Amino acid sequence: MNAETKLGKREFRSVGTRPVRPDGVDKVTGRARYGADFDMPGQLVARVLRSPHAHATIKKIDTSAAEKLPGVKAVITSKDLPDLTDGDEELGAILENCMARKKAYYDGHAVAAVAAVDAKTARAAIKLIKVDYTVHKHVTDVDRAADPKAPLVMKGCITQGIDPAPKKASNIAKQSEFGHGDVGKGFKKADHIVERNFRTEQTHQGYIEPHACVASISPDGTGEMWVCTQGHFVFRQQCAALLGLDMAKLRVTSSEIGGGFGGKTHLWLEPVAMALSRKANLPVKLVMTRDEVFRASGPTSATSIDIKIGITNDGTITAGEATLRYASGPWPGSWALLGAMTAFACYDLENVKTTGQEILVNRPKTTAYRAPSAPMAAFAVESVLDELAGKIDMDPVQLRIKNAASEGTRSSYGPVYGPIGIGPTLEAAASHPHMKAKLKKNQGRGMACGFWFNFGGQSCTNLNIDIDGSVTLTVGTIDVGGARASLSLVVAEELGIDYEQVKTIVGDTSTLGYNEMTDGSRGTFASSMSAIMSARQVIDIMRARAADMWGIPPEDVEWQDGHAHASGKSKKNLPPLSIADIASRAAKTGGPIAGHTELNADGAGVSFATHICDVEVDPETGLTRVIRYTVIQDAGKAVHPTYVEGQFQGGATQGIGWALNEEYIYGEDGRLQNPGFLDYRIPVCSDLPMIDTQILEIPNPNHPYGIRGVGETSIVPPLAAIGNAVSNAVGVRMTHIPMSPPRILDALENAEQEG
Amino acid sequence: MLYESPNTLPEAVNLLAKAKGNAYVLAGGSDLLVRMKGGYIEPDLVVDIKRIKSMSTIKKTPEGFVIGGAVSCANIGEHTALRKAWPGVVEAANLIGSDQIQGRCTIVGNLCNASPAADSVPALIAAGATALIEGPRGEREVAVEKIAKAPGVTTLKKGEIVAAIQLPAKQRRSADAYLRFTPRTEMDIAVVSAAVHLTLGAKSVIEDARVSLGAVAAKALLVKPAAKAIIGTTLDDEALQKLSAACAAACSPINDKRGTVAFRTKVAQVLARRAALLAYERAGGKK
Amino acid sequence: MSVLVNSTINGDPIQFSCEADETLMDALRDRVGLKGVKEGCGTGDCGACSIRLDGALVCSCLVLGAEAQGRTVDTVEGMSDGAKLHVLQEKFLEHAALQCGICTPGFLVAAQALLEKNPTPTEEEIRYGLAGNLCRCTGYDKIVRAVQDAAKTMNRKAKKKVSKS
Repeated sequence: MNAETKLGKREFRSVGTRPVRPDGVDKVTGRARYGADFDMPGQLVARVLRSPHAHATIKKIDTSAAEKLPGVKAVITSKDLPDLTDGDEELGAILENCMARKKAYYDGHAVAAVAAVDAKTARAAIKLIKVDYTVHKHVTDVDRAADPKAPLVMKGCITQGIDPAPKKASNIAKQSEFGHGDVGKGFKKADHIVERNFRTEQTHQGYIEPHACVASISPDGTGEMWVCTQGHFVFRQQCAALLGLDMAKLRVTSSEIGGGFGGKTHLWLEPVAMALSRKANLPVKLVMTRDEVFRASGPTSATSIDIKIGITNDGTITAGEATLRYASGPWPGSWALLGAMTAFACYDLENVKTTGQEILVNRPKTTAYRAPSAPMAAFAVESVLDELAGKIDMDPVQLRIKNAASEGTRSSYGPVYGPIGIGPTLEAAASHPHMKAKLKKNQGRGMACGFWFNFGGQSCTNLNIDIDGSVTLTVGTIDVGGARASLSLVVAEELGIDYEQVKTIVGDTSTLGYNEMTDGSRGTFASSMSAIMSARQVIDIMRARAADMWGIPPEDVEWQDGHAHASGKSKKNLPPLSIADIASRAAKTGGPIAGHTELNADGAGVSFATHICDVEVDPETGLTRVIRYTVIQDAGKAVHPTYVEGQFQGGATQGIGWALNEEYIYGEDGRLQNPGFLDYRIPVCSDLPMIDTQILEIPNPNHPYGIRGVGETSIVPPLAAIGNAVSNAVGVRMTHIPMSPPRILDALENAEQEG
Repeated sequence: MLYESPNTLPEAVNLLAKAKGNAYVLAGGSDLLVRMKGGYIEPDLVVDIKRIKSMSTIKKTPEGFVIGGAVSCANIGEHTALRKAWPGVVEAANLIGSDQIQGRCTIVGNLCNASPAADSVPALIAAGATALIEGPRGEREVAVEKIAKAPGVTTLKKGEIVAAIQLPAKQRRSADAYLRFTPRTEMDIAVVSAAVHLTLGAKSVIEDARVSLGAVAAKALLVKPAAKAIIGTTLDDEALQKLSAACAAACSPINDKRGTVAFRTKVAQVLARRAALLAYERAGGKK
Repeated sequence: MSVLVNSTINGDPIQFSCEADETLMDALRDRVGLKGVKEGCGTGDCGACSIRLDGALVCSCLVLGAEAQGRTVDTVEGMSDGAKLHVLQEKFLEHAALQCGICTPGFLVAAQALLEKNPTPTEEEIRYGLAGNLCRCTGYDKIVRAVQDAAKTMNRKAKKKVSKS
């Protein structure tokens, strides 16, 4: 993009204010429609039968009794979803995950589905389906799966990314390497080296709204779907491919989304609803139960990370090395790759090497969870840095400042950084009052840094000027938490009008060109870039229309404060024309006024944060409470600062839950033991203090307003910040997330025994 | 499924006694409906007891308190006299789930669900509470520790309903306390819990005590050796140590998703000590 | 078996029929059409389906539809006074106490119950009072602030009323 804005110096009139969001009233009155709130006339209700086994061959499925049950309209198995993926690995995995084919690969894997006239009948029909399984040995633990003797999750899986390719199959599906310099030489220069293994358990995004959709597929190959998703265009593309439909004939409308955090970037049940609808020739509604969400949507990876960092006595990091094993479920992903890329991204290192390994396990298919893979890697790196700071008796913030990456640094994953915020967030932390606050007995303070890439990608917007002068912005990137407010602000800013004059909506897949999903913190960054371009088009059109109305050359019309002004030789006594003035005459000056933009939003600009955290640990029970928390993050330019703060606070809280209590617990039988909100413990209101925030604005040179994505980075530092705080409170280094009370008590006991 | 909401206790007993298939009492519903939702049970009959007026009140009598089987835990928390007399029992009832759950759940339901981790049960056991049972063969009264047999299994016979819980009157210089361990502050199930009730004599010496532990065995336990360890003491360090040892000896927990054997055994001791100290302080004990 | 239920929902007499084993949450959503009652878990662990039943704050997923016979039910849809939003609704908007908004109806109903019981709660009392409602987006910070602000505003309004009368 050509940036036309003077960075950091621009005065804004709308951007940076904090108005009420346009979708707000609907959401406080119960009127907003989420995934499960929509019904189609004559719709059926669907239920899914799931494997109780972690690893089993499906010998036979007998659906005859279910089909005969009065009220049942369709029963499907994988036979009703023939493989049309033509060797596309990603699509193939999605298909196989939506409906098990020859084998069930995890507890909760779908094996059949029913659509019936009501939920009761569907439930009864599910019980009538008989599945004959041959149960195989399974493996759910990441380290056990990486062992060469482990049962194979996927037969014949040869590690990709190693040259020459290994001959023996294993659960290590892919390997990737990043880095530069020579870590061996680097470690030789070190005065102190710390080498440790860190483990993190699997967590779930924990969105409160279960997956839901209503699908209607007609025999003529046309279809509609209502769905809660982070990316309806992607859903349409993939569903059309899996069902063999023309994309243009499938119209997908996104509902309001009740949280996603990455978990709604992926298809889980939508192709199943479509296949049922196609078979029954009636609309089908399919809503997951909470139990199904935990067992059969896409949690994040469990990890095991070996890490080694060396420093000199003056605090210079001489080398960093890590091997990161990320469990990806039964199919390979790019999760270890992302961990390997992000691990050392905060620092300017001469010698760095990371190796990521995707490990197959009999657990649900891993998907993105807010800054996917970065929190676990940061936990390992930031924990070891604190330990090293202790060895040379250096303040941990100063150690990081000394080694922080800056503009021009070659990142550990390759590219050279532009202007970045890691240094400023650290400086802000060093001088933050939180750092100087007194601590009491059993309390400790920790800090940590975090990095996330951010993403831009394909975006498409329409901007319509309505004849009364109000403005509709249609975007195709889902609003997950207030983006419509931010985008309205951006359009108001660009057009020079009031926020209240702009209404932003999310269009369906037939109203706009392709938009990527709301992922990579791209929503506001990419959509705003596209919206600004659309607004500029509209301004040009309105200048021309005003010129036409006045009978002067278009170049003599200037756009200022929401009005066309005659200038130059034409100035005369022409009073300025408002948007309403121009729009009301549109029929006579050339028809509707609209701008539209299709672009690839490049230059999202990386994002950094530093968090500070105080905890109190009960040494007799291992119970940890977070008593103070501060988030400092670079936002580029905060469009709606309240929602930016909200992103900081929400990400930090998810990280707190992950650090202390959240984890998938599997039994020896390979079954998930805690598929509910009672035993999968996301933080409740009384678990937390206020989360303080400090927004830094280091403009992104690649965006007209300097905007960076802000959604994800805030989940990266908490694991390490809390780990460091616990360590400072009770004197033991925690290496296993979550730091649940039994783990803390064990660590304390072990430390005592070791004396 | 058939849903009935009788207005009298005899009607309820009659419905349950005559029921064919799976019959369940709906008191608060906070366990029953969860089990129905999960498909663990498929009732043929549900008898809702909340329209039975006699079961929906808390009565203060010269002998103590009679808490009707359909009284919600929220109502228990709002009863000033009960709160003053049995703070441990009331706190336990008000730790179950959330405000929303407490608006529905009952201590009788908590008892009859027979979970070893039930919050109110150890507090009731320590308090010396009894259950008033109404059945086809009339009424009987049983100590609360005798209701649960094993996880999810009670000693109640077909047609029997726990009509009320009776708590003794508060004695001078006596008090109870209940503490539980949960990873979260609220909305959680006890990983381990402890309740202590004690009565003080002259010079703050403990004259009588009852100690109960939850989630360390197949059902909530009355730990008599633990009580014995502190009777006759002023809860000095030695007494507290003996209390710990007695509690540890009584623990036979399991490893599960909520905690390990070692963790439960260790924290049971910590909670018993803390609960004893709290009860001692509430009873006006001075060391 | 189906049951016929007469209750007062958001102040209006409403009759609906539902299965005997159907939850009040399902009945309100699917039979009465009150989709502001959200299902997050169906097991009483998230509070998204919070309603008032005869004034008591409950999870409607843990109530049978049949139990509503002769009782009053209040949901988020009944919170505003016509076009005038309830102070809590206004404050949730003002403080951006919602991101995705799926938990918001439950929080509003729970907060209303909390402030009726305790019009001047401390931060801690608010946090414990709302602990039955899960929010995954906000970290609760802005929700707590919105409730604090609403309490202040409601008390100011109540005082004004008293001094006027």
